[in-house]
Amino acid sequence: MRELASRPLSAAVSGMTTEVVDPVPGAGAPHLPRQTGLVQLLTPEGERVEHPDYAIDVTAEELRDLYRDLVLVRRWDVEATALQRQGELGIWASLLGQEAAQVGAGRALRPDDTAFPTYREHGVAWTRGVDPLHVISLFRGVDNGGWDPVATGFNLYTVVIGAQCLHATGYAMGLQRDGAESAALAFLGDGATSQGEVNEAMIWAASFSAPVVFFCQNNQYAISVPLERQSRVPLYQRAAGFGFPGVRVDGNDVLAVLAVTRAALAAAREGQGPTFIEAFTYRMGAHTTSDDPTRYRLASELEEWKLRDPIARVKAYLSRTGTADADFFADVEARADELAAHIRRGTTEMPDPPGTAMFDRVYAEQTPHLAAQQAQFEAYQAGFEGSHR
Amino acid sequence: MLRQFMLPDVGEGLTEGEILHWLVAVGDTVTVNQPLCEVETAKAAVELPSPWAGTVTALLHEAGSTVDVGTPIITIDTGGGDVPAPAPAPDRAADAEPAAGLIGGAAPGGRTAVLVGYGPRTTEARRRPRRGAPPPSRPAARVPGADYGSGGQERPPLLATAPDMTTKPVRHGGLEVGRQAEANAAGGESVTALSAAPGRGRARPLAKPPVRKLAKDLGVDLTALTGSGPGGVITRADVHQAAAAPASVTELPSAAATAGEQRIPVRGVRKHTAAAMVASAFTAPHVTEFLTVDVTRMLKLRSRLAARPEFAGVRVSPLLFAAKAVLLAAGRHPMVNSSWDEAAQEIVVHGQVNLGIAAATPRGLLVPNVKDAGRLSLVELATALAQLTETARAGRTAPEDMTGGTITITNVGVFGVDTGTPILNPGESAILAFGAIREMPWVHKGKVRPRQVTQLALSFDHRVIDGELGSRFLADVGALMSDPGTALAF
Repeated sequence: MRELASRPLSAAVSGMTTEVVDPVPGAGAPHLPRQTGLVQLLTPEGERVEHPDYAIDVTAEELRDLYRDLVLVRRWDVEATALQRQGELGIWASLLGQEAAQVGAGRALRPDDTAFPTYREHGVAWTRGVDPLHVISLFRGVDNGGWDPVATGFNLYTVVIGAQCLHATGYAMGLQRDGAESAALAFLGDGATSQGEVNEAMIWAASFSAPVVFFCQNNQYAISVPLERQSRVPLYQRAAGFGFPGVRVDGNDVLAVLAVTRAALAAAREGQGPTFIEAFTYRMGAHTTSDDPTRYRLASELEEWKLRDPIARVKAYLSRTGTADADFFADVEARADELAAHIRRGTTEMPDPPGTAMFDRVYAEQTPHLAAQQAQFEAYQAGFEGSHR
Repeated sequence: MLRQFMLPDVGEGLTEGEILHWLVAVGDTVTVNQPLCEVETAKAAVELPSPWAGTVTALLHEAGSTVDVGTPIITIDTGGGDVPAPAPAPDRAADAEPAAGLIGGAAPGGRTAVLVGYGPRTTEARRRPRRGAPPPSRPAARVPGADYGSGGQERPPLLATAPDMTTKPVRHGGLEVGRQAEANAAGGESVTALSAAPGRGRARPLAKPPVRKLAKDLGVDLTALTGSGPGGVITRADVHQAAAAPASVTELPSAAATAGEQRIPVRGVRKHTAAAMVASAFTAPHVTEFLTVDVTRMLKLRSRLAARPEFAGVRVSPLLFAAKAVLLAAGRHPMVNSSWDEAAQEIVVHGQVNLGIAAATPRGLLVPNVKDAGRLSLVELATALAQLTETARAGRTAPEDMTGGTITITNVGVFGVDTGTPILNPGESAILAFGAIREMPWVHKGKVRPRQVTQLALSFDHRVIDGELGSRFLADVGALMSDPGTALAF
């Protein structure tokens, strides 16, 4: 395969224009040009580079803020994973390795925009000002997500794979009808692109030129299924089939993600319709705490991705350019420690909700039918009193 | 304050876990999130981080024990207060080792203290050499965190070059091939295993699942067959035909045309035999002992018996006497009639002797056996042996007659050779080679006389049978064949 891949690309050189789909990308398709269209502004080595289409001008303050976001989000994630291992959470979906994709996309949003997350967008939640404990309460099983989606512009987590793309598209069509100059940002994973809802959402978004951006974090695995088993073409190329632009961005480059997402959201608000962003990244950890990735991934692959760590390159850039000093990094660490302690204390002290809490938020005003059910449930629960305590 | 950490359900609905090993000992001071132990559940092996800072006062279960979820596993003295001291989680990714130590610091066993339920193997990443300045040798050495950003200091170097991330080779053959390539690469070999892996070029032979099963049972290699069914599908008849055909000699078109050289595809009985012999020779440590025996008296008895009415129509062969001798001797030394059970780490002493007879057939070597041969009279045994070899040579041996053997005799004497060092039939612990009977000069009653002499060779599995037992068994077999009257003493 390596031999094939390095064979001269004779067809590409001769200017072949017919679009022939490589049946197995990367396996060796001499008739196709290599896929090099990856938007990058900060290389894995920590070097700032320019891209002809996506310029970004960030201040030193903004850069330091982005770094702080990345470190704090990772710390939250690590602490939550530890809490699951200590029996405090039922499950945790780790974002480890995807911090830049989430922080970059989240920081590209304006306050009036709305994000539609999966169940892994803790980094986006952070940028929207959602209290980590609200997210954690969902994974502890004491709440269905306690934040206000309207106030935060961050919809509730959607566990059904890909369903939030329809929600986002519908919401965007509503924005359109309201004449609001805001956009919706739908999050999805590479596995979700195989779902019917996602494809339906894209068709609707294209048909109505809805102000929605589909932000796909391609973390290479749909739980255990590698991307090359799901798609014969790079994911961003699928957008062409729906009739809107597709961009592939280095998902571990927070500046590139920020620039690309900003541009896509701006285009959406201006009425230019949807964009598909493929943030090329890697899930460094397990799919969830119930998963064992060593069963389906190669160890060498993880090692290679460690060289593309989203935080290390920002730190290297900040220190090389003198944008941040040792005091700054120490301060970020101290804040991370505080956050971890806050999360730990808040989690272990989180009260169990009464059993009847599940009736509270089904309708704005409770229906007589539901009230009867609640009464019945309370009577049933009361029957256990004494015998169980 | 003493606190007990209960084994949590780390994987949605687990009920128990096995403590693989402890990473802390009694008296150790632990911090919050320091790994305490590794626990294997039905889903994964995971490290459990400490919920508290303090001193370990008791490990409540030994490594290797299986513990129910909710059971206390460790006691930690958290000191005076009951508020857990906030200590940093083992996340040092962003300071000391930006690229290498992504999640946490080093953990015992050379693994990284990850908290997501597994430890990545510590494999060095392969990197392309960087243009210009040579890359630093190790990622860890690149960006010492303390050096960051202090004014006036030399700027930290750039991080190591990451490999191109967008062109990922497809793993034909799945994870196993990839892991093999990884192992090869680690051993300094090239990844030719990957490139040599059959890709799209080699088609899988077309056959329905029951036909595949049949081919597997009969040891027929489907890739060597040409299907006669529609569209080249291999049929049941094709498989039967291939199994029945003697190992055909075909010249592969790709083989180098050395004059007179033939290339014979390994399949069918040959393939099975090869696998069985390799399995036996490289798992059971073989010992072979030899004994030369004067069987003149045995041959005289044979003539007398053959003349008796009950033996009419039955072939009374020297092999029959060898078989009877083995059965009688095995009765005296039951340990010889046994098997080594590697999985259970037990020696299985069989309750009956299923006596295998190696038979040369047109299809190759087969070893059918006579079930519970020790129970048979000499006439019955003779009849059974005759049937066995006849059926085998006709290629009609039933599968059940080929399995379950406990001791084997190989009659190499029929080919005129003196003896050999037989290889055990897999699963058995003893095999007797019976050589040619020749008239030889032999010292008999103080004088050199022409006598009928043969050689016996006994191979045995030294894991099960010691030299003493093997020698006594072979001596008994020899005694019975040299003086059949000894049988009265057995």
